[in-house]
Amino acid sequence: MLVHTPHPNLPPPSTSVGVIGWARKNLFSTPFNSALTLCALYIVVRFLPPVINWAFLDANWAGSTRDACTDGGACWVFVKVRLTQFMFGFYPADQYWRVILAFGLLGVLIAWLLLEKTPKKSWVAAFTILIYPIIAFILFYGGLGLPVVETNRWGGLMLTLILATIGMFFALPFGIILAMGRRSTMPIPRALSVVFIELWRGVPLITVLFMSSVMLPLFMPEDLRIDKLVRALIGISLFQSAYMAEVIRGGLQALPKGQSEAADALGLSYWQAMFLIILPQALKTVIPGIVNTFIELFKDTTLVLIIGLMDLLSIVQSAFSDPKWLGFSVEGYVFAGLVYWIFCFSMSRYSQHLEKKLHTGHKR
Amino acid sequence: MATVEHPQKTAWWNNAHNRALLFQILLAIGVSVFFAFIANNTIHNLEQRGISTGFAFLKQKAGFGILQHLIPYTENDTYGRTFIVGLLNTILVSVLGIICATIIGFIVGVARLSSNWLVSKLAGIYIETFRNLPLLLQIFFWYFAVLQALPSPRNSLHIGEKFFLNIRGVYLPNPIFEQGFGWVEGAFILAVLATIILKRWASKRQEQTGEQFPVLWTATGLILILPTIAYFATGGPISWEYPVLKGFNFQGGITIIPELAALLIALSVYTASLIAEIVRSGILSVSHGQTEAAEALGLRPGKTLRLVIIPQAMRVIIPQMTSQYLNLVKNSSLATAIGYPDLVAVFAGTTLNQTGQAIEVIAMTMAVYLTISLIISYFMNWYNARSQLRER
Repeated sequence: MLVHTPHPNLPPPSTSVGVIGWARKNLFSTPFNSALTLCALYIVVRFLPPVINWAFLDANWAGSTRDACTDGGACWVFVKVRLTQFMFGFYPADQYWRVILAFGLLGVLIAWLLLEKTPKKSWVAAFTILIYPIIAFILFYGGLGLPVVETNRWGGLMLTLILATIGMFFALPFGIILAMGRRSTMPIPRALSVVFIELWRGVPLITVLFMSSVMLPLFMPEDLRIDKLVRALIGISLFQSAYMAEVIRGGLQALPKGQSEAADALGLSYWQAMFLIILPQALKTVIPGIVNTFIELFKDTTLVLIIGLMDLLSIVQSAFSDPKWLGFSVEGYVFAGLVYWIFCFSMSRYSQHLEKKLHTGHKR
Repeated sequence: MATVEHPQKTAWWNNAHNRALLFQILLAIGVSVFFAFIANNTIHNLEQRGISTGFAFLKQKAGFGILQHLIPYTENDTYGRTFIVGLLNTILVSVLGIICATIIGFIVGVARLSSNWLVSKLAGIYIETFRNLPLLLQIFFWYFAVLQALPSPRNSLHIGEKFFLNIRGVYLPNPIFEQGFGWVEGAFILAVLATIILKRWASKRQEQTGEQFPVLWTATGLILILPTIAYFATGGPISWEYPVLKGFNFQGGITIIPELAALLIALSVYTASLIAEIVRSGILSVSHGQTEAAEALGLRPGKTLRLVIIPQAMRVIIPQMTSQYLNLVKNSSLATAIGYPDLVAVFAGTTLNQTGQAIEVIAMTMAVYLTISLIISYFMNWYNARSQLRER
């Protein structure tokens, strides 16, 4: 009997699989695409090797003076020598453990709150909001037997983080109140909220900082001296709460009206409805927006340089004027940039992750 | 007639209306007391320091020079004029920044969506690098690390003895319009008018007959060719003034000071990375069904993009883009950190320090930015209302 024996399947043409197939599909699909690829390749080949050479291969890592920088590449010795100052400013060296402990504790608390399936979240949240600020204040400033470190000695990355965290800490509740005010049916709170929000959103942060550093002393009773850092923090918090209010308002608006009507039908009061029904849902949907606002705040803290506070950028900037280390500005900026970049990039990735997790619609 | 059972009368303090009224009155009183407290303190403090209030200082002689002024300005001019000079400098860098950022942003945003792997990845690296770095750091980088490392005027980088780049800035040839250039301008205006009429006629004809007319190509041709003909017909009425090295510096031509260059590069590059993301998300926001529907109707890819995707994407892009433009205008105030003479640096900086009129100066500065913001957001709301989806 004649049996039909099919030929074995031929392998796919070598030009449509593997590296060649991938390159044909993704890099050289049309003449225009090929031209683009060649241009892009030229850019990569032209700029990548010199940058790698400068940053790694020819770079100087060892040593402690500028004489150690002889290889022609980046002089990371400069960053190495100044590292503690970039991190802690002029904080006394024997007290660094306080800063590390305070930030470490904060890191643990935040990780506890953000990770899924950790127990007793509400207790940890209450601790973070009510008790941790007191602990942090004592650790940073002093008291209870710890020597006092004046705020003018705070600086570097530590100050940047303090400004961003405290700004956020005040901006969130203020923002919620303002957003509720703007959505209120009562004319006076609504008008006040709208004016407040539009005023701060309409002006640059720099003028707000100028205002808080120049005009705040005029506004307060004569004998009241306000610390420079506190003045900056007031400006940042006011400014940030206006932006936060708009983000939260978006969440309030996105919530279907049925939710508040159901709360009314159940006989809940305004505050009960707000805190038990509306805000938990509204805030959850705008967490990505809140994280994005925090990233903006984190980048904006660099502006305190202009009113004379020593944040990370400011302290890196002032390190260039040290006669022993003239001419290493690129290394300094690259280092500061890397630190800011790591913080902002990881936060934006987290916010994208949240967006994906919260997105329950149909996606293509 | 059935008697209506009146519910039991609630106490007046439990009435929602009365409560709202009471709360609002308390709030109003609280806010008024707060402002009265501030006003009282301020008046007292100003008296103590011997600062007079009012805007009389605007008429006093300023006595300091400004690095870049678009209108004539000398040290003998008034503080009021420093306000105008600063404002014009702010507007200059904002307008240039908005144009550059939009162009770069659109290119990078489209490149991010490209099917070309390498191009898309490069665009992604650009976006993720620049939008995650503080703008102030970028401004410092361009100003102190890049522009300050340029050669001295004697060793300038140059393109054919016409364009020069050195530590003092960028030097470009200055066009001088001679007699007869009015004809070129006239031709240009004529071409624009013709385009508008053509467009009206073409859309009317399309509605009546369904035939299309290549308006875009005709208009491009008109606007390019008419002024060119006029230019050559009048014998090329433009001459160029080239920068020349005299002594230690260049004379003549147009000078872009390094402060402006650094600020402009940083603002454009930073805002472009944000605009690119907006463009990308705008194009992706148009549902795929729209493309499929357009294909089913038999539209070619180019027309699908131009007539279906882009108009819908613009609805998402424009509002976000406007707020980026607003941010750019506000961010231009970082000029003060590198000494570009914008409104904040000149007026809220030098003028404030010299006169001590903190309240007036800061209020005027804030009012300027607030006005710009309100105008732009008014325009945005108008556009939004016009381009919103009309559901039937």
